[in-house]
Parts: sequence; C-alpha cells; structure tokens
Amino acid sequence: MAFRGVDFLEFDSLLSEEERLIRDTVREFVEKEVVPIIAEYYQKGQFPMHLVPMMAELGLFGANLQGYGAAGVNNVAYGLMMQELERGDSAVRSFASVQGSLVMYPIYAFGNDEQKKKYLPELAAGRLIGCYGLTEPDAGSDPGSMRTYAVKDGSYYRLNGSKMWITNGSISDIAIVWAKLDGTVHGFIVEKDFPGFETREIKNKLSLRASVTSELIFEDCRVPEENRLPATSGLKSALMCLTQARYGIAWGAIGAAMDCYEEARNYVAERIQFGKPVASFQITQQKLALMLTEITKMQFYTLQLGRLKDQGKAKYYHISMAKRNNVYWALEIARMAREMLGASGIVDEYHAMRHAANLESVKTYEGTHEIHTLIVGEHITGIPAYGGEN
Amino acid sequence: MNIIVCIKQVPDTETKVKVGPDGKTIDPAGVNYILNPYDEFAVEEGLRIKEKHGGEVTVVSLGPDRVTSAIRTALAMGADKGVHIKLDDTYLDSHAVASVLADTLKELPYDIILMGKQAVDDDNLQVGPRVATLLGIPCVTVVTKLEIGDGKLVAEREVEGGTEVIEASLPAVVTAQKGLNEPRYASVKGIMMAKKKPIEEKTVDAPETQLEIVKMDYPPERQAGKFIGKGVDDVPELVRRLHEEAKVI
Repeated sequence: MAFRGVDFLEFDSLLSEEERLIRDTVREFVEKEVVPIIAEYYQKGQFPMHLVPMMAELGLFGANLQGYGAAGVNNVAYGLMMQELERGDSAVRSFASVQGSLVMYPIYAFGNDEQKKKYLPELAAGRLIGCYGLTEPDAGSDPGSMRTYAVKDGSYYRLNGSKMWITNGSISDIAIVWAKLDGTVHGFIVEKDFPGFETREIKNKLSLRASVTSELIFEDCRVPEENRLPATSGLKSALMCLTQARYGIAWGAIGAAMDCYEEARNYVAERIQFGKPVASFQITQQKLALMLTEITKMQFYTLQLGRLKDQGKAKYYHISMAKRNNVYWALEIARMAREMLGASGIVDEYHAMRHAANLESVKTYEGTHEIHTLIVGEHITGIPAYGGEN
Repeated sequence: MNIIVCIKQVPDTETKVKVGPDGKTIDPAGVNYILNPYDEFAVEEGLRIKEKHGGEVTVVSLGPDRVTSAIRTALAMGADKGVHIKLDDTYLDSHAVASVLADTLKELPYDIILMGKQAVDDDNLQVGPRVATLLGIPCVTVVTKLEIGDGKLVAEREVEGGTEVIEASLPAVVTAQKGLNEPRYASVKGIMMAKKKPIEEKTVDAPETQLEIVKMDYPPERQAGKFIGKGVDDVPELVRRLHEEAKVI
C-alpha cells in the first residue's frame, strides 16, 4: 500500500494548498524512485547517484533560498520535502540537507556576488555536488578546537589539516571548509581539483550505508583568495549553517518515524498469532498509541517552528529542541517498529531496521543529542554546561 | 496549437471507499482526492505537443471547490491556464458531464482535446466520445501513441492482438491509455509558478442527468475456504467439487 503519511489531528488543515502539493510531489517521487531501490544501495554501500538530476529537476536543492535557480519555497514546504525524503532513507535527505543547508546556504549567506553567481545555480541544478567540512578527527562537539588552519601566501591561502565524517566528501565537486586564519575561523570554497586536496571514503559503516561519508585531507592545499567566503564572522557562521541543516533534520526524522509506524501498523494488522491479529494484543496497541502520539506531537511542534522560521523568529534553541526530540523519538519508534515486525524486521524488505540504523547516525550528527540537550539547558538556566573553562 | 485537456478529480485509488449513509453516494470523509491517473497521461501528452509544436495548454475541469487542487496539479506540471466549471458535488452521468464540457469548449479555441480514456472512479469511458459527438469532431479512444501533423493526427490504439493506426483530421478528441507516455513530476518550481497561473471560474446551471444511482453496495465478503482432506485419497473428491460445484474444470 502506498505511503499516505500520518495525520491524526488534521495537520493537513494547517498547510496551504501549495505546501500540500509540494509534499505530495516529493512523496510520489520517493515512492516511485527511492523506495524500490534504496535497500539495494544500502546493502551495496553506495549512494544512488542517478537520483541527483531528478532531485534537481524537482527543485529539492536549496529550495528555501531565493533566486540563483533555487525554488524559493517557504520553510514549511522545505521541511515537508525533507520529511518525505527521509521517509525514503536518511541518506537521500542527508544529501539534500548538505547540498542545500550546508553548501548553498553558506555561499548564499556569506559569499560575494561572484561566488553566488558561479556556484549557486550549478548546485541548485545538481551539476555540482558539495560537502561541508567542519568536524575533524579530534574536534566533534567542540568545533572551536579545530586544527585545520589557513596561511596567507600571496594571492592564495595554504590550507592544512583534515576533516572527518564528511557526508558526500568523495563525490563532491566543491567543499565548504572551515579553517583558522590568524586564530579566527573562516570559510573557504575548495574545489576538488585544487592541488593538495584529497578525499578518502570511510567504508564499513553500519549506518547511513546509502550515503557517502569521507575524510577530507589538506596538505598545503592552494586556495585562491577569491574562494574565501568574505562575510563570515568566526565559528558562529559555521554554526549558523548547522542551524539550517538541523531544522531540515527535525522534519526528516518525522518522515522516518511515519514510515516505521505505517509499516508496523500494517504488519500487525495482518500477522496472526494465537488465532488473532497481533494488533489485538495490548502490548502492541500500547506501542502503536505511543508512536502515533509522539509523531503527532513532533508534527505540530515542527510546523510551528517552520512558521516561526518564516517570520524570522525561530531561535537556534528552538531548533535544537526539535532536532533533539524528533530524532530521539524517531529512533525509539524505529526500534519499536522493528520489534513489532518480529523476525521479518531484520530483513531489508522492511524499512524499520534500516531507518533505526540510519537514525543512530542522525542522533549523533549535526549536534549530538547531548549537545542539543545542553543548548536547551543553557537557554533555560543561562548557564552553559559544555565543559571546558566556563 | 490550442490544446485543451479535460481532467477529473477522483478519490485516490488507495482510498478505502465507504458508502455514505444514504446508500447511494461515497462518504467523502477521509477520502484523498487526486488527479485521475489517465488524465495525467493526457496532461503530459498536451505538454509534449506544446513543447514540440508550440501553443498553449488549457485544463478544464468541473466539480466543487476541491477540484481546483487537481487543476493546480496540472498547472504545476506545466499547463498554462485552467477553467473551473463550478458545480455542486452531486451525481452527474456521462451525458451531463459531456454536455457541460462541450458547452464550455465551444467558447474556447481548440485544435485538440485530450482526456483520459476513463475516470477511475466511475469507469464509464463515455465522456470523450460524447464530447466529440456534441462538438461534431472526430474521436480516437484508448490511444497509446500520438503524432500531430499538418491539420491531422496519427494515433495508435491497442487492439486485441495488435496495434491499430488511425488518422483523423484536427480538431479532434483523443482519449489517453496507459503507455501513451510517462507523466512528469510537478516540480517544486512548477508548483510555485502554478500559484500565479490563472484559473477562470465558470458558473453553469446544474445539467440534466438521465441516470440515477439507486444503490451502492460493497462486493460480497469472501467465503472461508473448504478443507477437503489431506493426501492422495482425497484428490478425487477435490476434482469432483472443482468440476461440479466450483465449475472451474
């Protein structure tokens, strides 16, 4: 049965016709193009590259930006797109998140006109693929401790260091790389052919297997002066990009959770044990009730978040709460769904275990569950608790 | 080319249809409405004709307010404008639908009129031929391939065991069969642009309907299977029952 989403409390009545149409279009795309093939790519450990031109044609890259070939939708429509993509697989949503929020957004927000004109239309059209280099082998939750640095060398910068756990790294044409220049964090657009830049794919993952994850290595990498993003202001700019991406993740998690709930619900209705459907057992009903409750709560929180974002009122801690809560519950729901599918739940014909494995990464990346807890905690108390010297 | 595509909004084929309390209509609660899948082929074909020969694609639909979302879907795919003939959500037979459409089409310039071969909700397969008859133009139904030439069309139809090739003069009505094309997705940009495309609203008098739905009923529930026995000895009894009772062998 085709996926119809979850709508317990007339969520759809709060969407515009346009927002619904956009969601339904992406839903149809995912149903036809992603769902039938994704398990195979997951098992092979490859990203389905043939989807990139289709996603570009649909207008999924940087869709909430204005101009430069971007679709220019509002943040709710953008969120619904991410929801539907992640309903297919976190890898597909991750690709779009990185391309839009972590590559196009920083060029859009911190780039000059030439940079915007050169890169944004190509990225929107999927002719260029980008990645985002912030995390390092020894700098994860504490990005301020990054070691990658840049040194001015005539009309060039020389970049040294490495970046780790970079989505799309080895398949990218450009990388947005954050490095310290005279002690301050700056952003650079590094093209794949620049001398001294190499990527290495991280193999043998047990999660996000349909996504490419890489290490970026810079050894006296020569980056022309015009490739520095001029309008950044330290680490804050890098974190602003993450806020954009986290917003998309919050929606994406709802998609994964809906898919797991639907799958489990359909399965327990058909599966007969002790002469009755498994759905008739109290333990099963308790799980279904919990799943539906949490999905419904996520939907309305995240919708309001999107409306606030469109009004320029969404704060980073609002987004942290959504990312933290939604990914946590999506993972719990995926695990519960796997249990309800019984032994069948461990084969790739069913989606729940793939979603659960993916969400393990999603819970950690773009600010770990713990860091988002501390962001909300700091907002409540006014006291930062990130460790270090504060 | 003035290309007209007539579309219908129908309940999603995935919807579990419930009969309403009057026993004559579908209960609209919980029904998700979509663009009739065969009409989607017609919209796509209209867009392809426009891309090849130039012109304008106008989508025409009749029904209550909700019908505009089907029109918007076609506009998002790339159609240029819409005409919404506003009518209450009451039963209309094929003759009534065709008359309303034909009256509207008479006022529009057209070189070709496309629509799905049938609507997947009532499965009458009549509106195309009836519209053509009312307009006095040729009609080719259940088309799987379409070429537009100078003042004429060449269409292929699937017939039992082969293909039939038909030539007709334009203007004409063509009804689309699955396989005619692969409909495009409405792109997000298309959806954004659709919002700005015009939908003309028309009010008409409720048309006369010749047929009346007396009753809607569910298909009979499947009977439980019969267990005849186990092993070779029971095969003759199974064969006898299949022959005499089920009459399948």
